[in-house]
Amino acid sequence: MTVGDAQAPVVRLSGIGKSFKVAAKRGQPDSGETVALTDITLDIRRGEFVSLIGPSGCGKSTLLRLIGDLTQPTAGKVEVNGKSAGQARLDREYGMVFQAPVLFDWRTIEDNVRLPLELFGYDKAAQAERTREMLELVRLTDFARHRPYQLSGGMQQRVAIARALAFSPSLLLMDEPFGALDEMTRERMNSEVLSIWARTGITVVFVTHSIPEAVFLSSRVAVMSARPGRITRVVEVDLPRPRGLDTRESPAYFSHITDVREALRAGEGDEADVASVERTAAEGLVG
Amino acid sequence: MQAARRYGPAAVILVGVLVAWEVLVQVSGVEGFILPAPSAIWTALTDNWTTGYAILPAAQVTFFEAMGGLVIGTVLGVATAFVVSRFPASRDTVLPLGIAINAIPIIAFAPIANNWFGILSPLSKMAIAATLVYFPIMINTLRGLTQVEPSALELMRSYAAAPSTITREVRVPNALPFFLTGLKVATTLSLIGAVVGEYFGGLTATLGRVVVAAASGLRFDVTWAAILMVSLMGIVLYLGVVLLERLLIPWHASLRGDQPA
Repeated sequence: MTVGDAQAPVVRLSGIGKSFKVAAKRGQPDSGETVALTDITLDIRRGEFVSLIGPSGCGKSTLLRLIGDLTQPTAGKVEVNGKSAGQARLDREYGMVFQAPVLFDWRTIEDNVRLPLELFGYDKAAQAERTREMLELVRLTDFARHRPYQLSGGMQQRVAIARALAFSPSLLLMDEPFGALDEMTRERMNSEVLSIWARTGITVVFVTHSIPEAVFLSSRVAVMSARPGRITRVVEVDLPRPRGLDTRESPAYFSHITDVREALRAGEGDEADVASVERTAAEGLVG
Repeated sequence: MQAARRYGPAAVILVGVLVAWEVLVQVSGVEGFILPAPSAIWTALTDNWTTGYAILPAAQVTFFEAMGGLVIGTVLGVATAFVVSRFPASRDTVLPLGIAINAIPIIAFAPIANNWFGILSPLSKMAIAATLVYFPIMINTLRGLTQVEPSALELMRSYAAAPSTITREVRVPNALPFFLTGLKVATTLSLIGAVVGEYFGGLTATLGRVVVAAASGLRFDVTWAAILMVSLMGIVLYLGVVLLERLLIPWHASLRGDQPA
């Protein structure tokens, strides 16, 4: 992990904007621009767990991809550990977990976890040691020699997390990682992620459309609204840790959920859209 | 036991068809040169195995030519696919060319290839076979190299992986099943190419020439025997590719057994 000033933010977003060119349609004289994100300013401190939540199309995934240098902003600046996002990517500061596990069927589970270590030139002994540790961390040691397709969706996503953490990146970027899982598995995975976060102390940026998930996991929840995408409020979640089943049943938890829900509603003029967000969140569907 | 359950039905059907064919020919009294009975074809094959029409040495030459064409066409097809996937801008130039090559009527090209590479040279038959083989290999391999999950590319990008690393770790393994599917088609096409080339002239000791000579002598039982030889070689090559699949892509969905965790 990169050594730095403990107070310095890991991620600093200043005045981020992102607009997409819209291809000209026949019969229309000019091509237009869609503003996906506007005026996003946010600092994420070392060791924080920050969720980005908002309705479909609010640009939360785009914002995550901007931090990870998978796409470029059209305005403003992304800094990661005081460097440009591009430099941070070249310095391998990012562990990424996508909604799909993106495991390679031609590799066994342990070889999938080993992939970044091979690419980054770890020696064989270090590769083996680190892979073993990571599989232990996500409790999949017994499945080291299995193939991805032999594992359930939740287990596959745990492999993806192990792979993302294998090379000790300073920042873990998770893009709706549990969106495709059923509610029970999702809650288990949430607890799992929190325990990994507590043990590794890594900074996490987590995109979700589930209010309960965001509140349960996060130190702060950045609430976004659509058209154009912007952060309307940042909700501090000061629920005690470690969080577990008790947390999910505590009044403070529900009051934070209400906070986030109201922030979502306030950010959205259109009631129907908020209803749709909540329905999507409740059903655990893709945002 | 398991093998019997798996291959039993196919064996029963094969034997059934042969018996029905034999009975039909015997009962209806169809002339042998219209439709020889399976027993007559078998007799023609064994009688002309190494003597007479000498089907075995002819088959060896034809097999050699087909394999040569298969290798040449496969190497060129795979090479083209790599170039196009690496330089997407070349796609619009290379693909129409590939389609044009694929559209060549092989019967028209065969005399030209014989003329170019020497009618007696096996190279002329290999060229014809390679022309047939090229396109299915190229188009399938290209599809496999390019049809990669976007998130897999993003993952590799987050590792700051070089294009050559992405090709090695993602594109090539992803392309293997596609390539092998192309190869299955290509094996039989290579035999067709070799036989068509021989048909338009060349060494006497080839299956294409055996077909021509036997047909002109109204020895259609021998013609059928030669066809049987080509078919058998096609099956052997196909099984070779199936074996290759088991070795190279045991992880692919088409080959996995039920292995729950």
